[in-house]
Amino acid sequence: MEILKLTDICKDYQQGKEPLRVLKNINLTVHQGDYLAIMGPSGSGKTTLMNLIGCLDVPTSGTYELEGKNLKDLNDDQLADIRNQHIGFVFQSFHLLPKMDALQNVALPLLYAGVPLKERLQRAEEALKAVGLEERMHFLPNQLSGGQCQRVAIARAMVGKPTMLLADEPTGALDTKSGNQIMEIFRQLSNDGMTIIMITHELSIAQCADKIYHILDGELFTDEAPSGEVDSHEE
Amino acid sequence: MTENIRLAFQGIWSHKLRSVLTMLGIIIGIAAIITIVSTIKGTNEQIKENLIGAGNNVVKVQLNQDGYPYEMNWNPLPQGVRMITERTRQQIEDIRGAEKVSLYTSRSYTEQVFYLNMQFNGEIYGIDEHYLSVYGYQIKTGRGFTESDYRDFRKVALVNTTAVSTLFGGESPVGKPIEVQGDVFTVVGVVTLSEDFAPTINTMNDYYLYADTSSGSIFLPNAVWPTAYQFDEPQNVAIRVENTDVMTTVGQKAAEILTENQIVDKTGKFDYRSLDMLEQAQQLQKMSESTNAQLVWIASISLLVGGIGVMNIMLVSVTERTSEIGLKKALGARKRRIRLQFLTEAAVLTSLGGVIGVVSGIGCAVLISNMMQIPVAIDVSAIFVAVVFSTLIGVIFGLLPAVKAANMNPIEALRRN
Repeated sequence: MEILKLTDICKDYQQGKEPLRVLKNINLTVHQGDYLAIMGPSGSGKTTLMNLIGCLDVPTSGTYELEGKNLKDLNDDQLADIRNQHIGFVFQSFHLLPKMDALQNVALPLLYAGVPLKERLQRAEEALKAVGLEERMHFLPNQLSGGQCQRVAIARAMVGKPTMLLADEPTGALDTKSGNQIMEIFRQLSNDGMTIIMITHELSIAQCADKIYHILDGELFTDEAPSGEVDSHEE
Repeated sequence: MTENIRLAFQGIWSHKLRSVLTMLGIIIGIAAIITIVSTIKGTNEQIKENLIGAGNNVVKVQLNQDGYPYEMNWNPLPQGVRMITERTRQQIEDIRGAEKVSLYTSRSYTEQVFYLNMQFNGEIYGIDEHYLSVYGYQIKTGRGFTESDYRDFRKVALVNTTAVSTLFGGESPVGKPIEVQGDVFTVVGVVTLSEDFAPTINTMNDYYLYADTSSGSIFLPNAVWPTAYQFDEPQNVAIRVENTDVMTTVGQKAAEILTENQIVDKTGKFDYRSLDMLEQAQQLQKMSESTNAQLVWIASISLLVGGIGVMNIMLVSVTERTSEIGLKKALGARKRRIRLQFLTEAAVLTSLGGVIGVVSGIGCAVLISNMMQIPVAIDVSAIFVAVVFSTLIGVIFGLLPAVKAANMNPIEALRRN
């Protein structure tokens, strides 16, 4: 089942008088349970692509289909709802709220989904259990190690049962051991049928995924055909 | 919403000093308004107490011309109005509820009244034998007027304690001569309001007298009044009534009798009217209110400045929490929710300031009322309005920062870390 389908996606940024094309005719199809990595050096447009996939931004042209639904002309609040229901974010710098304990951090997306408090906490506890942190659920982020923070962030991404997990350099701020731990969790999630899109510039991390895409100067290539024939863009 | 309020308190608590400084403008503004409003109310209560309080049950009936009190000081009785006779006085005294009736003439601002070379600037009264008991005066030293004083037209005078200090420098005036319009009168006694009776305030002049702006009073027997002044001067009628409840009705009846008996000219130009106590109270209250109402405006400026301070701090807070806002948006928080979070924080901040302001305002009001010896009168509705108003300030001045937060681009917001 196709979860995500990007067709001829372009993204321009206004830089001075000339528009700068950051993404050029991106075509990408992601199926249920896919685990893919998008690699690229800085400035290649990979963050822009992630923002588009994560519905934080809208493309200049092209179509974006999520579970067969064309997300065109949505306003900010509609995009917020899509993010809340379909996308679980994992950021490089965790982005946990410092004054909330792990449990409250994990429960946050459920608040926006309108889940009642009791159920929120219960589901957050389950999500923390899944990443092996149930004993630390009342710890504040600054009482947790980097690896633990990222596991809390994964729990937060998963708590709303999203359509896909979107990870931006999830191991970028971690040591190798913690990084490997995170990759193990991703592998486990993938085996359980979760769709994962991971953006990284490290090959060793990218190799944890089932499929690797490269992005260079705003163009997307599969691992098999780095020469970039148009047909091969689509899976 | 409870979540937002909890978050707001958390935010305020984590920046204690900043929050207190931000609230200060609101605290001062609200405290000032509460203090002023309470003081106004206290003064009003005091005026009311003085007017129709315990022991003060004297109602005054005056000659009116075209609906306004007739100028008693310099004019003789107008054409068509007769002197009030003893029979009419008796008739008034017979009204149910009336106890004692006095007829007297008066001059508010005297000229040509001297003791030695000192000029007297107070009031002078020509009184009958009932006056002192109607108004509740007691003889402090010397004697009062006797029947023979009236019968034999003796040139005697009484002075009140204020006149003793202003005219006689505190020395006992009994036996000393004063000069009234070139005639010599001998002071025979000093009178003072008995402690059971609050001062009688029927007119603005009485109020000034009570407020100690007067230089005192001199009383002459009305029998010799024409020696110094004129023979046919219009008279005031003062009626002591049994209690304050019957004041208005007795006053009105007396006015009817006086109009019927004394006024020959029935064209309606002249009539007698009793002074309505409530109207008098309102007149005096308005006077104290209008001066203080201006202070409320000044205090409101402090609220405005306080509101701007809140807006400033909220803008700082929004900038500081850019990454938090970005994350919340990424996790699916709608604009409305972000807006509400910051609006709540601003409103909680100012409401808290309002509550602290109310408490300190009440403290100030109690302090002032103790110092000025006026009754403590905390206005409950003012407290309610103050708290609501301070919340409103938070909402109004929090709006711009909240909208700014809600409209942040999540990508930009997340990038800043």
